[in-house]
Amino acid sequence: MKRWLPLILFAVLVGFFAKGLFLNPREVPSPFIGKAAPAFTLPVVGQTDKTFSPADMKGKVWLLNVWAPWCVSCRQEHGVLMALAQSQPVPIVGLNWKDKEREAEQLLAQAGSPYLAVPDDLTGKVGIDYGVTGTPETYIIDKAGIVRMKHVGPISEEVWKEKIEPKLKELGA
Amino acid sequence: MIPELGHFALIVALLLALTQAILPLIGAQRGNLTLMAVARPAAQGQFVFVALAFGCLAWSFLHNDFSVENVARNSFSQLPEIYRFAATGGSHEGSMLLWALILAFWTTAVSVFSRHLPDDMVARVIGIMGLVSSGFLAFSLTTSNPFLRLLPAAVEGRDMNPLLQDPGMVIHPPMLYMGYVGFSVAFAFAIAALLSGRLDAAWARWSRPWTTVAWAFLSAGIALGSWWAYYELGWGGWWFWDPTENASFMPWLAGTALIHSLAVTEKRGAFKAWTVLLAITAFSLSLLGTFLVRSGVLSSVHAFATDPSRGAFILGFLVVVIGGSLALFAWRAPKMLTGGSFSWFSRESLLLSNNVVFLAALGTVLLGTLYPLLIDALGMGKISVGPPYFNAVFVPVIAPALFLMGIGPLARWKEASLPDMVALLKWALAISVATGLLLPLTLKGFNPWATLGFTLSVWIALTVLIGFRERMKNGGRLSNLSRAFWGMQLAHFGIALGVAGITLVANYQTERDVRMNVGDHAELAGYTFTFQGTTEHEGPNYRAARGTIEVSEGEKPGGKKLFVLHPEKRIYNASGMAMTEAAINPNFFRDVYVALGEPLNDQATTWVVRIFHKPFINWLWIGALFLAVGGFLAASDRRYRIAVKAAVPADAATQGA
Repeated sequence: MKRWLPLILFAVLVGFFAKGLFLNPREVPSPFIGKAAPAFTLPVVGQTDKTFSPADMKGKVWLLNVWAPWCVSCRQEHGVLMALAQSQPVPIVGLNWKDKEREAEQLLAQAGSPYLAVPDDLTGKVGIDYGVTGTPETYIIDKAGIVRMKHVGPISEEVWKEKIEPKLKELGA
Repeated sequence: MIPELGHFALIVALLLALTQAILPLIGAQRGNLTLMAVARPAAQGQFVFVALAFGCLAWSFLHNDFSVENVARNSFSQLPEIYRFAATGGSHEGSMLLWALILAFWTTAVSVFSRHLPDDMVARVIGIMGLVSSGFLAFSLTTSNPFLRLLPAAVEGRDMNPLLQDPGMVIHPPMLYMGYVGFSVAFAFAIAALLSGRLDAAWARWSRPWTTVAWAFLSAGIALGSWWAYYELGWGGWWFWDPTENASFMPWLAGTALIHSLAVTEKRGAFKAWTVLLAITAFSLSLLGTFLVRSGVLSSVHAFATDPSRGAFILGFLVVVIGGSLALFAWRAPKMLTGGSFSWFSRESLLLSNNVVFLAALGTVLLGTLYPLLIDALGMGKISVGPPYFNAVFVPVIAPALFLMGIGPLARWKEASLPDMVALLKWALAISVATGLLLPLTLKGFNPWATLGFTLSVWIALTVLIGFRERMKNGGRLSNLSRAFWGMQLAHFGIALGVAGITLVANYQTERDVRMNVGDHAELAGYTFTFQGTTEHEGPNYRAARGTIEVSEGEKPGGKKLFVLHPEKRIYNASGMAMTEAAINPNFFRDVYVALGEPLNDQATTWVVRIFHKPFINWLWIGALFLAVGGFLAASDRRYRIAVKAAVPADAATQGA
């Protein structure tokens, strides 16, 4: 029996790989799509006297980008977001998720900030309300404050052109 | 025309690979010498045609033929020539071709340096490598053809990823692949032994130098990758536990266990099943690494292929190669008789414990790398596992191996005496523990991680010295010691250097992020940094803001001027990507590392500047260099050539019996 063990372990692994291969890593069904974006009020990183709430964005189509300083793939999309912040097709709010080391402010100062505001979700509670499963994730929220789309994983130029931009046009951003 | 020639050469190479796989394997099974004789010429012919295909692709890159889709996607007319050449193997399609080229190179090397091996063994080994090669060439042709034309042709290319436009990245992939693919030789020898049913220790003796060379390349390749990440990413880190890094580290761990296990199988005939399994594991992890990085199953910074058809092909290929080998192993295992017996305390038992620890460490890395995938496949959400997990789990698991590697080389085969070993090593142990406890006190106070690191590092270094002393005691001279012994000692000493470097840099590095105007000063670790502003600088395919930072001695401005650093912020013309080019002043004891952040005003006179002081970080790369040199030295030991010759009659005798 013992000699079959490596083969059995490998078979289990292959099962997972096969499953993983045909899962779309970018698509996570979210029960929040089509519903009102959960309300919250959080302090803003770097502006201690200010708070941010989704209600502030009423009447605008905007992106809620969930990121964290410790997240490597967030660094990957950082350049794309910076380019977007230059052309400003849509305001981006960067929810700083579970930043226990308190690095966000310093990091944004060094690498540049593409965000209109950076609400500070230290405990991760707001993330739970939105059904965040990992970073980075981006929500498109429409003028009425309804979540219209969720993108899991870093935003590449391709994702922007093929997925997010058409949706924004549709929503009249 | 040239790309079509390359495409055609690739098809011919596939046909030759199939010939090389099928005919010799049938020949070996039937004892047909004519069929077996096909192995060598087919392998060499395959190499010629894969090299031709690679050459054609390189030609297209060097001549900016943007009518080839792969060139248009990954090159740029302003890209310097050396990077245009490097870009040949830099894309997904190109790297698969590079894989096949290096595999063909190893196979050809086996076909040349196997004159002393029995014909059926050579036929099987080359045949199995041909099977692997067929898989890769078929993959290239069906899902990742680098020669596809783009009609109409692109006017300009999209440029190579700026991250990869670096001298380190020119030599890193071939080095890494030499290691990855080199394990195919050990794998092929193990499978050939299983197929033939002659599971004596002979195959271990034959495959040992090949495995050591592959391991040395892999060590060098990983170190280069880490060095590149250190100076190119601009974050100051040297290891991120990124899935791509783990994908190269796991075969290294398995390969390290394998070279030690091979030593026991060769010398004592023990651990046969274990060694076979490790040979399969090391190569399987190389394939798995390719699968993980290339299929997009785990996305990471470096993963540029995300296409399910490619993933499905590689998965099917993995099932055939790994599943097939493991099934063969399970079927043949009862035939593997255990070799020489040994007591609980002997070199064998120490090497065995070391191997178990290495596999446990491998398990923690594998688990951390695959866990997000497993959770996702089970529908339990998406998570990512970061450095905190790996640092917390990997370090304690690998520490016992570092302790045991001090004892193993000094213990006798078969049965070692515990009291003798205690007498031999008590002072080394006392000195290393004392250093571990006292050294941190002189630096920044007690720190358990620093104590562990210093103790192990000093322990390994001292036991290496004791190893030399023991050899000299028996009337030896340094010049008479075998290259195998020198190789082992150098590699082990390299680990001591590496552990010391990691301990120092992880526990005692300092860094500052400062906002600097022209003329501002900042102080770190006894150096004063003066920002003298930035100038515009025009590169071949980028524009850069080049900073000038003068570094002087002492904690106040006005000290003795030491050196000037020029960190850059580059914007690449084709992609518009911004890259941070750190400036480093290295020496034997520390690196001073400066990276430019973002300009804080429009005139670019105020910048965020990130300054690091990294003590002893270079010991890490020097240690890795010792590993690689040790590996090459051990593999070039004269006794392999002699042993190989002696093996022929011994093997003929087994065949007769």
